[in-house]
Amino acid sequence: MKLSLKVNGKKIEKEVDDNTLLVSFIRENLNLTGTHVGCDTSQCGSCVVHVNGKSVKSCAMFAVDANGSEVTTIEGLEKDGKLHPVQESFKKHHGLQCGYCTPGMVMSSIDLLKSHKNPTEEEIRKGLEGNICRCTGYQNIVASVKGAIGKV
Amino acid sequence: MKQFNFHEAKNVKDAVKASSKKSAFLSGGQTLIPSMKLRLSSFDDVINVKNIKDLQGIKVSSKSVTIGAATTHAEVAASKDVKKAIPSLSHLAGMIGDAQVRNKGTLGGSIANNDPSACYPSACIALDATVHTSDRKIEASKFFKGMFETALKKDELVTAVEFKIPESSSYVKIPNPASRYAMVGVYVAKHKKDVICAVTGAQAVVYRCKEIEKELGNNFSSDSLNNLNLDYSEMNSDIHASAEYRASLVLSAAQKAVANCK
Repeated sequence: MKLSLKVNGKKIEKEVDDNTLLVSFIRENLNLTGTHVGCDTSQCGSCVVHVNGKSVKSCAMFAVDANGSEVTTIEGLEKDGKLHPVQESFKKHHGLQCGYCTPGMVMSSIDLLKSHKNPTEEEIRKGLEGNICRCTGYQNIVASVKGAIGKV
Repeated sequence: MKQFNFHEAKNVKDAVKASSKKSAFLSGGQTLIPSMKLRLSSFDDVINVKNIKDLQGIKVSSKSVTIGAATTHAEVAASKDVKKAIPSLSHLAGMIGDAQVRNKGTLGGSIANNDPSACYPSACIALDATVHTSDRKIEASKFFKGMFETALKKDELVTAVEFKIPESSSYVKIPNPASRYAMVGVYVAKHKKDVICAVTGAQAVVYRCKEIEKELGNNFSSDSLNNLNLDYSEMNSDIHASAEYRASLVLSAAQKAVANCK
């Protein structure tokens, strides 16, 4: 099927197989490899991207289902060479170690901070339930999200 | 994953027409896609019903809340109308899976799949719901047949679910710590004429716990369940919880639900 969508603000038209997952399309067709595949069973959240502003797991969505949508990946966050405030906060609070889960963590955190302007620690932890990190123990990830409150 | 043809259905008629023995309706895809990836299921045709207008939206009347089949869990959880009419239903939707699953997964998809540990089937039973499909209305009590089995025919599409507004209700879920599905979920609803206690996660399919209902019918208080010992012969048993432990979880969840009823 011919796919027509916007990715990180850029209009894209490409022919894809109907069974292509959105994550494969992003990584293999568009070479945007910041979006990661971790578990591939929709548990870990390292593949989270935004589709029409909502965070979704791109390993559990067909690319053709994103036809006509606006997709934002981790590569689409920086503006004019400046990191997004949530990226900046992850850097400042050392919210990552190996970094594999980080793109998904950042994308989920942005969606969380859009729907909860001033989340409690409990709301942050609940909001990130769909993202697994095996390094940090989550303390600094939560600190990073807290540090970005009011900046999204 | 095996090749298939993707169809974007414009309306319900279109979706039904496109269906065949080797087709599947795609809504949120949060169960369908993982099972296709694992090759547990494969189809010649996948029919996307998520964008059909008639399957969207939430309508509240004095007696019921009707939710379009393609409404996501996030939309149900965020709806002020649902929260006001049946707070327990909004609470249930907000606890399904995780935020990303709730942004995609839908009510219709959940009940058509009828996973034994899904949350929504318990709401359908406890709130004496009516399932609207492309060609009839089915009472929830006749809808959930067995593990992953419903009364739906192959080319029949769930279009909406109509939940009765109870006097008070509450849903208590004991989530699996890793995946957050209901190891046990108990939905208690006090209606004008009776009390319904629907249990999910504990057996092969959602069921009404008659032992609990009998006690609550006589005396609607959590204390009335203090001395109850539930029969666990039909309960699921796995590494997360033995049948006996599940029975005890059902009872304590039911007590909590009764105490939280509003």
